[in-house]
Amino acid sequence: MSANEIKHAGLNLGDTDELTHGQAGSAVFGFWVFLMSDAVIFALLFATYGVMLPATVGGPTPASEYKILSAFLETLTLLTSSFTFGMVSVAMKHGASRRQLLSWMGVTLVLGAAFLGMELHDFTTMFGDGAYPTRSGYLSSFFALVPLHGLHVFFGSVWIIVMMVQVMTFGLDARVKINILRLSLFWHFLDIVWIAIFSVVYLQGLIR
Amino acid sequence: MSGPNDSKRDEIRSYAIGYCVALALTGAAFAAVHWPSFASTTTLAIVLGLAVVQTVVHFRFFLHISLRKSARDDLQLILFSMLIVILMVSGTLVILFNLRARMM
Repeated sequence: MSANEIKHAGLNLGDTDELTHGQAGSAVFGFWVFLMSDAVIFALLFATYGVMLPATVGGPTPASEYKILSAFLETLTLLTSSFTFGMVSVAMKHGASRRQLLSWMGVTLVLGAAFLGMELHDFTTMFGDGAYPTRSGYLSSFFALVPLHGLHVFFGSVWIIVMMVQVMTFGLDARVKINILRLSLFWHFLDIVWIAIFSVVYLQGLIR
Repeated sequence: MSGPNDSKRDEIRSYAIGYCVALALTGAAFAAVHWPSFASTTTLAIVLGLAVVQTVVHFRFFLHISLRKSARDDLQLILFSMLIVILMVSGTLVILFNLRARMM
């Protein structure tokens, strides 16, 4: 019974590793509490953005700064990386070869880096157009919200590298497995925040 | 007969379903904005509605949050966080938009 019990968000290890599954419940729940508090921070930055949206002071506007194609490509990249991280979790749970596990992590890392590259390119283009954070209230709130998500993706990518090193040095012991479970929650959570960003920030700004 | 490989196939299928549905919803939202065919407020409502559906899809297929009894703790935490978020965000928006209307 306890093997098939769902103990926490994300993929549960009960079917294949009951011992780790026993420890995972509280370890993952604590991380889940952190993620929800992070969600509150993002939600309030969204509220700030919504309030600041008309405050362009004659400067750059959302419609003039956002590009639908790059927002779409960023969305596809991050969504695909969420799927490949799902494959990392499945490979980890079912004892796939270390090479398979590390290559799915590598693919996710490359997609995360590609996302960050595209986002940095967007920001430098905006800076070139004179859309920098101190230009208007709208731009201050934009640069508080979207780069904060980018910073999360950056630290998530660093974390993926750390986990690849841990898998190579320690192998898949209980601690490493639980760390990968937490990282998977973090990565999927960032994709959920991005849904809100592309809908509320980019698409709302581009509606004619 | 359910061996470990069955559950592996089911899990991969679950991620694949989530990925395809999320792709379709994302595509629909971008299409609604790129080829506008409704009034702008209708388009905004469509985009936000699709975002809510996609969030639920991500929770269900990527984070495996379900209504099953043993997953209730996580679900309760999500619902409580959502309550806090809705209170703070809607409160902020109502108060500050009201303030702007009075200042103009």
